[in-house]
Amino acid sequence: MSIKPEINQIVVTQDIETDLLLEAVYHRFGYDFRDYNKAHIKRRILHRMQTTGARSISEMQHKVLHEEGFIEVILRDLSINVTEMYRDPSFYLSIRNEVFPILKTYPFIKIWHAGCATGEEVYSFAIMLKEEGLLNRAQIYATDFNPLVLETARKGIYPISRIKEYTQNYQSAGGNQSFSDYYIAKYDSVILDQSLRKNIVFAEHNLVTDSVFAEVHLVVCRNVLIYFNKDLQNRVVKLFNESLVKGGFLGLGSKENLMFTDVYEKFYVVDAKEKIYKKKVQGVI
Amino acid sequence: MEESTYKVIVIGASAGGLKALKKIISGLPKSFCMPILIVQHLSPRSDGFMAHYFNQLSHLQVKEADEKEPIRPNHIYIAPANYHMLVELNETISFTVDEKVSYARPSIDVLFESAARVYLDRLIGIILTGANEDGAAGIRTIKSFGGLTIAQSPETAEVAVMPMAAIQTECVDLILSLDEISNLLSSLCNQG
Ligand SMILES: C[S@@+](CC[C@H](N)C(=O)[O-])C[C@H]1O[C@@H](n2cnc3c(N)ncnc32)[C@H](O)[C@@H]1O
Repeated sequence: MSIKPEINQIVVTQDIETDLLLEAVYHRFGYDFRDYNKAHIKRRILHRMQTTGARSISEMQHKVLHEEGFIEVILRDLSINVTEMYRDPSFYLSIRNEVFPILKTYPFIKIWHAGCATGEEVYSFAIMLKEEGLLNRAQIYATDFNPLVLETARKGIYPISRIKEYTQNYQSAGGNQSFSDYYIAKYDSVILDQSLRKNIVFAEHNLVTDSVFAEVHLVVCRNVLIYFNKDLQNRVVKLFNESLVKGGFLGLGSKENLMFTDVYEKFYVVDAKEKIYKKKVQGVI
Repeated sequence: MEESTYKVIVIGASAGGLKALKKIISGLPKSFCMPILIVQHLSPRSDGFMAHYFNQLSHLQVKEADEKEPIRPNHIYIAPANYHMLVELNETISFTVDEKVSYARPSIDVLFESAARVYLDRLIGIILTGANEDGAAGIRTIKSFGGLTIAQSPETAEVAVMPMAAIQTECVDLILSLDEISNLLSSLCNQG
């Protein structure tokens, strides 16, 4: 048996072209996707190639460099913003039960949502913080590298079609108020209670190229690391470690893990299933 | 068919899939060496019960796939609910939470297409019972890269829509019952 040479050629060529496109995007616009998982990147790029009618990935590279506005299209393709309120309710329940009681012992807390997308996760937390009497003493940084999603996040307006699901999620996450108290419905949207927003700062921050900007008690970064290769995952969890106070908490997505990273020793596991970790205080637990 | 022509198997199933997969998985001998990657459509809230359940009735190691996990012989990997599962060039598993594809996450198409780009003509793709058309595009991709494509014969499928959709692409090499699929796989990779 032999691998048909022409098929092999096509795939190898596309891999090279993909790398070159990512180089071009980085050098021209500063967005660094070079250490993202390639299968995902290739899938998105090939998909875009089809819909734009480009004949090759190299042609897409040309478009990125010479056609105004095309970088925004690529950026949107490569930053997956799919999110929801109380995604994985059991994660939120665990945060409420295991992490908040300790945060309550601080006079003032800072929380960093890294890769917050359109904000649903941040508002889910804000509601929980409010219910636990923590919102007034919290400073929340919600960051993403995609300015478009931050705009949506700032508004806090979401399609009403999702509300039934969110209400169920809220309840499974340990919410015991009436969820409808937190929004008003208008046409086919819901507008979240503006008071939830008062301690939230939404800001652009790129986990690959920007550094730590604050010392925080809790970092929430869910479903972002899955897009990164091992090296980049390592770099980013180091960033989180640097940002956390001693005894601070880190919450990851259900398929993400500190286990094989360089900082694993620096944390202990609060909830293995929900991927919640606590930074050790100087080698002691 | 000579041994070692094929390297990895991908299987997609939807409605009725648990029963069909059970039949195939429990029929594979201990000596079965090729890794298998499976997407079974599930409710987004289900936990790893399926992998657990299959593991008990298989001679092989069945597990829910982990992120960055290397794809190894004698293992069967099941995609977790609510994530797309992909194969990386270095033969590890990765996940995304991209939009649903054909109303599904995990999507069969996403797994098949990414696996085809890695394994080229050394991949076997199998579509089993199901009520939607996920997997048809993936079958087309596997075929275009020279892999072997199989659909469960619609008359033996609990729900025929999915294998029918695959067959309609005209990219399916073999149309087989579950028993025939099971026998074929065992014969491909039996070192014992
Ligand atoms: C799938 S969403 C996750 C949203 C939310 N945390 C959740 O779990 O539902 C991933 C987000 O990560 C952002 N992202 C990807 N790469 C990033 C980077 N290098 N720096 C900051 N944010 C990034 C994307 O723009 C996207 O909004």
